[in-house]
Amino acid sequence: MRIQPGQTDPAVIRNFCIIAHIDHGKSTLADRMLQITGVVDDRSMRAQYLDRMDIERERGITIKSQAVRLPWKVGETDYVLNMIDTPGHVDFTYEVSRSLQACEGAILLVDAAQGIEAQTLANLYLAMNADLTIIPVLNKIDLPAAQPEKYAAELAHLIGCEPEDVLKVSGKTGVGVRELLDHVVASVPAPVGDAAAPARALIFDSVYDTYRGVITYVRVMDGHLGKRERILMMSTGAAHETLEIGVISPEPKIADKGLGVGEVGYLITGVKDVRQSRVGDTVTSVSRSATEPLGGYEHPKPMVFSGLYPIDGDDYPELREALDKLQLNDAALVYEPETSAALGFGFRCGFLGLLHMEIVRERLEREFNLSLISTAPNVVYQVVMEDGKEVTVTNPSEFPTGKVDKVFEPVTKATVLVPSEFIGAIMELCQNRRGNLQGMDYLSEDRVEIRYTMPLGEIIFDFFDQLKSRTRGYASLDYEPFGEQEADLVKVDILLQGEAVDAFSAIVHKDKAYGYGVEMAKKLRELIPRQQFEVPIQAAIGARVIARENIRAIRKDVLAKCYGGDISRKRKLLEKQKEGKKRMKMVGRVEVPQEAFVAALSTESSTDKPKK
Amino acid sequence: MPSTLPDGDPVPPSGELPASALDGLGGRSFGFYVHVPFCVTRCGYCDFNTYTASELGPGASHADYAATAVEEVRRARAALGAAGPPVETVFFGGGTPTLLPARDLVRILRAIDEEFGLAPDAEVTTEANPESVDPAYLAELRSGGFTRMSFGMQSAREHVLRVLDRHHTPGRAAQAVREARDAGFEHVNLDLIYSTPGESDDDWRASLAAAIEAGPDHVSAYSLIVEEGTRLAARIRRGELPMPDDDVAADRYLIAESMLTEAGFHWYEVSNWASAEAGRCRHNLLYWTGGDWWGVGPGAHSHVGGTRWWNVKHPAAYAQRLAAGVSPAHAREVLTPEDRTVERIMLELRLAEGFPLAELDRPAVVARALADGLLETEPFKRGRAVLTLRGRLLADALVRDLVS
Repeated sequence: MRIQPGQTDPAVIRNFCIIAHIDHGKSTLADRMLQITGVVDDRSMRAQYLDRMDIERERGITIKSQAVRLPWKVGETDYVLNMIDTPGHVDFTYEVSRSLQACEGAILLVDAAQGIEAQTLANLYLAMNADLTIIPVLNKIDLPAAQPEKYAAELAHLIGCEPEDVLKVSGKTGVGVRELLDHVVASVPAPVGDAAAPARALIFDSVYDTYRGVITYVRVMDGHLGKRERILMMSTGAAHETLEIGVISPEPKIADKGLGVGEVGYLITGVKDVRQSRVGDTVTSVSRSATEPLGGYEHPKPMVFSGLYPIDGDDYPELREALDKLQLNDAALVYEPETSAALGFGFRCGFLGLLHMEIVRERLEREFNLSLISTAPNVVYQVVMEDGKEVTVTNPSEFPTGKVDKVFEPVTKATVLVPSEFIGAIMELCQNRRGNLQGMDYLSEDRVEIRYTMPLGEIIFDFFDQLKSRTRGYASLDYEPFGEQEADLVKVDILLQGEAVDAFSAIVHKDKAYGYGVEMAKKLRELIPRQQFEVPIQAAIGARVIARENIRAIRKDVLAKCYGGDISRKRKLLEKQKEGKKRMKMVGRVEVPQEAFVAALSTESSTDKPKK
Repeated sequence: MPSTLPDGDPVPPSGELPASALDGLGGRSFGFYVHVPFCVTRCGYCDFNTYTASELGPGASHADYAATAVEEVRRARAALGAAGPPVETVFFGGGTPTLLPARDLVRILRAIDEEFGLAPDAEVTTEANPESVDPAYLAELRSGGFTRMSFGMQSAREHVLRVLDRHHTPGRAAQAVREARDAGFEHVNLDLIYSTPGESDDDWRASLAAAIEAGPDHVSAYSLIVEEGTRLAARIRRGELPMPDDDVAADRYLIAESMLTEAGFHWYEVSNWASAEAGRCRHNLLYWTGGDWWGVGPGAHSHVGGTRWWNVKHPAAYAQRLAAGVSPAHAREVLTPEDRTVERIMLELRLAEGFPLAELDRPAVVARALADGLLETEPFKRGRAVLTLRGRLLADALVRDLVS
């Protein structure tokens, strides 16, 4: 007999989430829980049941959290477990914090063969700060490479428990999962709230669905939300009619009696844009409104910017339409039209971070079938002119040319977890990226946590690749915003035949301007085909040239033979080359192939992609 | 003639031509190309449609070839109808045409004359390897109606000839020219290849000097093209030989232009020089000026009035088709007016006469080309786009700009 929503005694509710690194088996464990609790039968089971988007399943990243209501019986008592899935990546810290706010407990899930990763550690700290009950769990204990004793000791050290308190499960085989569910019931506190007070529910996720409009996931803190009720979003003051209210188990199920204290479910109001239903906002009822919102709401702030341009200029309207559609489901995505002399019409887009950027780009290419060029990512700079005027720079080509007094750049607090043999390599890398060492701790005998403050601009420029290559892939990274600092920054322009290519301008630290200029000029010399004339490539700060390369003029571009049997073949080749020319971008008189832009602007893979 | 055939539309078994092709037939120059697909050995750089004895199947032997080719000449007569114009040029290429007995080549030529009639001043050329002819052979060709010899000299340097897999001794080409002159040939061409791996500027100068010294009235000079699928391409890929460099090829071209001009030759096409107007190869000019020609032989290409077609590639398949009374054409294409314009620009711009400016609709590209020194100023004033020396080396780039 299952307990119906809307009349659940908070005492039998347990709200928990799973904190895990991207490939440590969270989705597989969730699959087992769905099966063991009987909400999905074996026949309907599919791998990673809860990951709805293709990209999520392919990249192994859970981008959007969801909440599943699971029945579980301990002894004679029926309980309701709400499993709230959390995004597992650095860019989504704010969303993670809201998911944690909806829970009383967290399962800390760690791969028994790999140990904890930096992002998991960061999320663990968030959960501990939110006073959640932490249940440490080692997963994949069936793997031959598993080292449960070693990593149990590590987890015990981190959260201050005994190694024997660490549970051991295999999401793959199901071993230990029942015990884990029992443990959730026993150790996670039941939610507490005032059932008689005006309704207050926390939005911890908000998803756009083509058919239903926005689906808002909430955790009721106080009072009760009924169906067919006018609700109020407290940060915006906007009121909406509730069209549907229900729970996910794991398919949507309408809750005729609404949702009460401690319950987790969804609302549909007919709004068409997730920006009208923001994560972290408080939902109350119009008829009996709460006076104080729940704390902690923040407006998402883009940290990383990049220009996105269609490879085929004719696709510009499609790109606009695609961004409009993506924004329905992504409150953190911002964009505005911009024009590049080199790349044509496009959009300057703001993202939470590099992963967010890559996900947006991938979705644009995959779901909307667009071919795009993106400029190198940059952060936001505050420039103070000598006359006191302040300029916000989100595109390096807009860096002011007049008398600059000060430049401020965003700073992060970065945490690197790494085997201790790589301490030297990490220190060298971070020093080179203008990092300041804040502290270092041993997590276990041979793993350390190293903490730096470092400019965000240094992290988004190829830092992650360097980190991985210098540590044979063992290092993991987490970073979070940590204010801003004044820095000696300059804009380096790249000129082809004396003409600046806006897409290649970059803002870099004065000490690195020369290196950037030399490297970029060399790269372009390799990438740009020889033209009928010599093409000088220069890197310059203002009018001062700091590096120079030359593309020699091509001297021969003619086929020696063209007789009777060659004519058809040659004409066909010409047609093909004609098509190729259409894909050239003109910089002054210089023809630059799209591929050269793509290659010159890419810094390889720059984020923590799952290894598959 | 590269051995890979282009894609095209099917050809009816009768080989009947579309009405558009026959329209205006006789108002344009008309010629025959006869492909002889045999070689003693295959040279490492060659991707032409040619076969050594061991590569041939039954029904395609040297002995049967003339009869098979004559059969196609008769089909040509039927396809072109009674209006078939007199033949102004015939060109035997290969392969090595001179691997066949001289009487076989003469027999094919005679069939063309019987079916179509050779014009009184017809130009009749055959290609030959210097080592494959002797005075008696040349005399037989001359008396049989041939007027022009084209020898594949390639180089005067032994180490270069070795890389090219050519088996004649360096002095043999010059000797062959003298023998041809003695046999009464007024027109003799020498083919040269430059920028072969291992060739130096001085090697190339020596080859040019030897060619000039031999006294031909026509020289063709081609930069070595590394074609995919050849032994040469494989050797370069394996690192045994360096890839020919385009800048080196440009230097060699300038050397050729300067030495040939000095010796009294004038360029009339990007890769061709003649000592007098009469020495120009009229057959090749027909290709470049939109003339009609029928290509006889396996893999041979034809063009009549905007229809291009090409025969099946293998000699055995070719012989079988003809024996069965079916057209040996493999596929064809009927050119659109746009295709014909592109081809005209692509081919005529390579000629010393150039292309009429009035028919180019890219004024900005034309003005830029003049400013960049790709087009000659004087002809420009007279309304012709004529390539400068630098323009010849960048002809393909200019054509791309003009048709894009």
